Amino acid sequence: MQSKLSGWSKAYLIIVFIILYAPILFLVMYSFSKGNTMSNFHGFTFAHYQTLFHDPRLIQIVLDTLIVALLSSLFATIIGTAGALGVYETRHRAIRQTVLSLNNILMVSPDVIIGASFLIFFTMLGLRLGFISVLLSHIAFSIPIVVLLVLPKLNEMNASMIDAAADLGANPWQTLTRVILPAIMPGIFSGFFMAVTYSLDDFAVTFFVTGNGFSTLSVEIYSRARQGVDLEINALSALWFLVSLLLIAGYYFLEQYNQGRKTKNRQQVEAVIK
Amino acid sequence: MKQGKLFYYIPYGLWIALFVIAPVVLIVYQSFFNIAGHFTLSNYATYFHSGVYLKMTFNSVWYAFLITAITLLISYPTAYLLNQLKHKQLWLLLIILPTWINLLLKTYAFIGLLSRSGSVDSFLTFIGIGPKQLLFTDASFLFVATYIEIPFMILPIYNAIAELSPSYVNASRDLGASGWQTFSRVIFPLTLDGVKSGVQSVFIPSLSLFMITRLIGGNRVITLGTAIEQHFLVTQNWGMGSTIGVILIVAMVITMLLTGERKKKGRTRHAK
Repeated sequence: MQSKLSGWSKAYLIIVFIILYAPILFLVMYSFSKGNTMSNFHGFTFAHYQTLFHDPRLIQIVLDTLIVALLSSLFATIIGTAGALGVYETRHRAIRQTVLSLNNILMVSPDVIIGASFLIFFTMLGLRLGFISVLLSHIAFSIPIVVLLVLPKLNEMNASMIDAAADLGANPWQTLTRVILPAIMPGIFSGFFMAVTYSLDDFAVTFFVTGNGFSTLSVEIYSRARQGVDLEINALSALWFLVSLLLIAGYYFLEQYNQGRKTKNRQQVEAVIK
Repeated sequence: MKQGKLFYYIPYGLWIALFVIAPVVLIVYQSFFNIAGHFTLSNYATYFHSGVYLKMTFNSVWYAFLITAITLLISYPTAYLLNQLKHKQLWLLLIILPTWINLLLKTYAFIGLLSRSGSVDSFLTFIGIGPKQLLFTDASFLFVATYIEIPFMILPIYNAIAELSPSYVNASRDLGASGWQTFSRVIFPLTLDGVKSGVQSVFIPSLSLFMITRLIGGNRVITLGTAIEQHFLVTQNWGMGSTIGVILIVAMVITMLLTGERKKKGRTRHAK
């Protein structure tokens, strides 16, 4: 299958990449334009960035969005890791399968359903819509991905390490914190990272469960976009793009590091066996 | 160990009970109440008897089908060609990268691109076609929805093709199959699982898109998602909204049964 691509194939791929990136670059480009609309570049300026940094409401929303993302990911990672440990220790096949299916329901459900059903749920509980309801929803929809990312690491882990720890007199807490958690740490980190991106990316669920007083970036952009083009949003998206790039680069290096560590461990084990 | 298990299941089980089971039960429960809060089957009766809702459902399924079909047509060749590149992991990463950009920002970019006197319009005028209404048309809705979904289709197909052993393709060529025969009899059937999980991860979200229908489609296309949002947040008729929600859940289950249990998670990033 390794053959040189023909000219047509190359052209096709190039077009696909252009289409994928054109809108994003377009947004970034116009964030530097002197005009007020996204047509006809009017010359270079940082004015929209200045407006952005002098817009306390928007800065507050950015901070809120980040707080929700980090807090919800933290809780989701803790609960999700506990869930993965529970599933791992469940030996009964049918129960294990049922729990995993329940786990995946929120992964495949359309967001509108998640949003609408959470809205009913919070209203029945009498919870006021706002920061807490948004935070709870973000925790809820981030948990399943953490479980799915941590569980394979648990299965990869050498189970005799747990027995060895117990034989050597470690109590369950010591076994967990000194043996199991270090072994699955890469999975926990990827889980946390994914939870952050889920939270930052969410629009529909937040839109349903956020009340009047509280807003995240996605919801704010939605309401501003309904009123038309505002180049301050372009400046914001350029910054967001930069942050996304940094996040993905971080994730990429984390994965590389894990893989490197894995092969290194294997080499060490092989060296010992020899 | 037994106690450990229970300890782990306390937070996680609570989450399953409160945020997975309870909401699904509640949305079904709510669908049996009318706007005045009385128990009734009238929401379902309205749904099945008034042509409006059935037509809307049909429309929504039709648009989701179109989006899925166009996405598949573009994605399959892309995934295939990507697999033949050097440094293919890096290229794949570049395909996934746009999904990390917030959905709203990408949609917002298209408002700028497609709006009257926007760049695409200026371009059309420049090459002599003249200004056209681009935003708020069915075509623009299809285009933007396809744009959003493409990476989610490429990813599972790419993985399926990457797993395909090249020796099958070589064997097929050696035995005298033409390029098309090799593709239709060997490559495509062996990568069908990837296509299925791609279809699953594009079709279901396409049924429930509501933000794009509003910002780009100008409310011309009403999907199941738009209808639910309308009932919950605008007209406050939660019962009817929940009824459509139940229909959407049924549609989702049917889609999942048709495309089979996916073995791997196609959508590593979930599209909201």
